Amino acid sequence: MKRSLDKGLGEVKAQLIQMAGYLEEGVKYSTLAWKNRSREMIDKVNQIEAKVNQAHMDVDAACFKLLATQQPLASDLRFLLSVVKINTDLERMADQAVNIANNTEFYLKHPPYPDLADLIKMSEIVRELVKSAIDSFINSDASLAKKVLDDDDQVDQLKDRVFKNALESIKMKTTDVEQGLNVILIARNLERIGDHATNIAEDVIFSISGKDIRHSHTRDKGGPNEK
Amino acid sequence: MTTLRKQIGDFTRLRYKRRKTLSLWMTFLLSLAAIVACSALFAVFGYVIIQGAPHLTLSFFTGLPKPVGEVGGGMLNAFVGSVLMVFLASVVGIPWGIATGLYLSEYGRGRFSFCVRFCADMLSSVPSIVIGLFVYVLMVKPMHRFSGIAGSAALALIMVPIVARNTEELLKLVPQHIREAGLALGIPRWKVTLWIVLRGSLGGITTGVMLGIARIAGETAPLLFTALNNRFFSMAPDQPMASLPVQIYTYAIAPFEEWNRQAWSGAFVLILFVFVLNIVTRTVLRPGRGSVRD
Amino acid sequence: MSESILKVENLNAWFGPVQALKNIDLEFSPQSVTALIGPSGCGKSTFVRCLNRLHEEVPGASAQGKVILQGKNIYDVSVDPVLIRRKIGMVFQKPNPFPSLSVMENVVAGLKLAGIRRKSILMEVTERSLKQAALWDEVKDKLNQPGTSLSGGQQQRLCIARALAVEPPILLMDEPTSALDPISTAKIEELVVQLKKNITVIIVTHNMQQAARISDKTAFFLLGELVEFGQTSNVFTVPREKRTEQYITGKFG
Repeated sequence: MKRSLDKGLGEVKAQLIQMAGYLEEGVKYSTLAWKNRSREMIDKVNQIEAKVNQAHMDVDAACFKLLATQQPLASDLRFLLSVVKINTDLERMADQAVNIANNTEFYLKHPPYPDLADLIKMSEIVRELVKSAIDSFINSDASLAKKVLDDDDQVDQLKDRVFKNALESIKMKTTDVEQGLNVILIARNLERIGDHATNIAEDVIFSISGKDIRHSHTRDKGGPNEK
Repeated sequence: MTTLRKQIGDFTRLRYKRRKTLSLWMTFLLSLAAIVACSALFAVFGYVIIQGAPHLTLSFFTGLPKPVGEVGGGMLNAFVGSVLMVFLASVVGIPWGIATGLYLSEYGRGRFSFCVRFCADMLSSVPSIVIGLFVYVLMVKPMHRFSGIAGSAALALIMVPIVARNTEELLKLVPQHIREAGLALGIPRWKVTLWIVLRGSLGGITTGVMLGIARIAGETAPLLFTALNNRFFSMAPDQPMASLPVQIYTYAIAPFEEWNRQAWSGAFVLILFVFVLNIVTRTVLRPGRGSVRD
Repeated sequence: MSESILKVENLNAWFGPVQALKNIDLEFSPQSVTALIGPSGCGKSTFVRCLNRLHEEVPGASAQGKVILQGKNIYDVSVDPVLIRRKIGMVFQKPNPFPSLSVMENVVAGLKLAGIRRKSILMEVTERSLKQAALWDEVKDKLNQPGTSLSGGQQQRLCIARALAVEPPILLMDEPTSALDPISTAKIEELVVQLKKNITVIIVTHNMQQAARISDKTAFFLLGELVEFGQTSNVFTVPREKRTEQYITGKFG
C-alpha cells in the first residue's frame, strides 16, 4: 500500500542525499586545497558550504512538517529522527571543511610542510568514511555503517601520528611553528569530520534496527539485524 | 473525459427547463393525492358533526333510552357499558400485551418466538367479527348468556396483539449497547429489562396502549355476539351490556327518525373520543420521546 | 513487574462457529493502563468483552479459557457473572447513558439496582464519581436533568462516572473516544491517566497516538491472535514483530 507519508519520506531522503553529495565534494576540495596548494579550491569549499547550509534548513523544515502532519511511528519515526540528526552532522562537516579551508589559507602563506604522507593518508580514509557513511544511509546498509564505526579507529591513530610528527618537526625546527600548527589544525578538523561520519553511521543503524549503539562498547558484538 | 463532461453538461442544460416543469407537475399531483386523502377524513368528520352535534344535549349523556316513538332520552347505558368493557379489556389486555412484547423483544429467539410473533400478526389481522364469533363459542354458549365480560374478552383479544407488537417494536429500538451498559454494571438481566429498557421506552409503549384503547373503543362487530346490547342501565358484567358502537349500529338501522338522529350524536361522541385520544397520544406522548435513538 | 491483577490464560472465543480469539495469554499489572490496538475485526473488542463475561451475552457467542481475577477464574462454573461485572467496569464506544434517567440516577444506577437506597450514600457516591470523572463542575447544577441532555463528551464522562460508582478495581474501555471531538477526547485521556493512580485501565483504541499517549503497555491483536505485547514506548518505536511495525506505520494491505 502506498502511503502519503512514503512520498514525504522519499523527498526528504532525496534532499538529504543531494546535500550529502555537496558535502562529499566540499570535503574533497578542502583536501585538494592544501594537497595541491590551490586557492581556487578554497573558494569552492566556501561556495559549497552555502549550498549545504541552505539544504540543512530545507531538510529540517521538511522533517518538521512530516512530524507535525503525519505523526510517523516505528521505522518511519526512527528514519525521520535519524534524518534530522544526519542533517545536523552533514552541516557540521561542511563547517569543518570550511575550517580546513581557512587553515589552508594560512598554510599556503608558509613554505610547504616536509612530510604530508600521514595527513594525505588520513584525508583519504576520512573521505572514504564519509562516502561509506552516506552510502550506508542511501542503501540502508547496516553492515557498511558498522564498518564505518570500525574504521574510525584508523583515523584516530593517524591523527595522533600527525600530531606527534608535527610537534617533533617544530622541535627539530624542520618546519616553522605556524606551519606545524596549521597541519595539526587540519588533522584535527579532518578527525572531526570522521567523527561526524561515525555519528551518521550510528544513526543509520538506529534507523534500521532501533538499537542505540552510541556511547556503548559493544560495537563489535553481534551484527545488527539487516533488512 | 472532457468531451464526456461537456456532453453531460449540454444534456443537463438542455433538459433543465423540462425537468423543472415536470418536477412542478409531479409535486402538484402528489399534493393533490394527499389533499384528497385528507379531505375524506374531513368529509366524514364534517358530516358527522353536522348530523350529530345539533342534537347533542346534556340529557343525551345522562338519560336512558326512551321507548320507541318518544322524543328525547340518552345513551347513558351505552357510555357506561363501553367504558366498563374497555376498562376490563385494558386491565387484562395491557399487561398481557406488554409482557408478550417484552418476551418477544428481550428473550424471544428461535422457532417458538417466531411462532408467537406470527400468531400475533395473524390475530391482529383476523376480522374482528371472527373474534366475536370465537368468544361467542367460547364464552357465550357455555354461559348461555350474552355478557359484558364476554364483550371485554373479545376486546382484550383484539388489544393484546396490537400492544404486544407495538411494545416489541419499541423495545427493539432501544440500542443493544444500552442493555450491555446495564449488564456491564453488574445489574441482572431482568432488572436491566424492567428498569432500564422498559422504563426508557415507557412513552412509546403508552402511545401504543392508547392507540389500542382507541381502536377497541370503536369496535362494533366483536360485541354483537358477545355483549349484545341492553336497553336498560346495567353494570353487571355477567349480563348483556350496552356499548356505544352497538347502540349506534342498532339506532342507525332502525326505521325511526329520532333513533337515527341519536345514532348520529352517538357517532359524533365516539369519533370525538377517538380523535381526542389520538391527538393526546400523538402530541403529549410522541413516540420516541424518552427513548434513545441510536 | 508487580503481581498481576488480571491474568488471561489460553483464552479462546467464538461467534457461533467462527473463532474470534485464539489462545490469548496476557497479564495486566495493577494501576496501569494497557492499550489494545489492532485493525477492525481483530478481536480486541471481543477480548475485553470476555474479561467481564459480556461476550457470552451475544446470542451464539461463547468463550473458553481462564481469566484469573484476584486469584479466581471468572470462568468457573460457580462464578456469577453479575458479581464479576461489579468488579470489572466497562465504558463503551458510544456514550450510552440510560434513557429517561437523570444524571444522578445514571450515576447511581448500579448501586440502586443492587439494593442501596440511602439517599445520603447515593448523593455522596454521585459527587465522588462525577468528580473522579471530571464532570462534577459541569453538571452539579443539572443532576436532575436527563442524562441524554448532556453533550457527547459529557455523556461519555457520565458513563465513566456510572462505571466508577460501583468502585471496580478494573475498568474496561472499548474505544471510548471514537465518537468524540478532540477536546472531549483530550479530557477523557487525561482522566484515564488520573484513574491509573487507583485502578487498572484496559482500553481498546483505533487511535495509535492515543495508545502511545496514555498507555503503559500495548497489546497488538491481529486476526484473533495476540501478536505483540510490550512496553508502549517500545511497541511504537521499535516493535519486535514485523506485523506490528506494518500496522502502526499504516503499511497493511
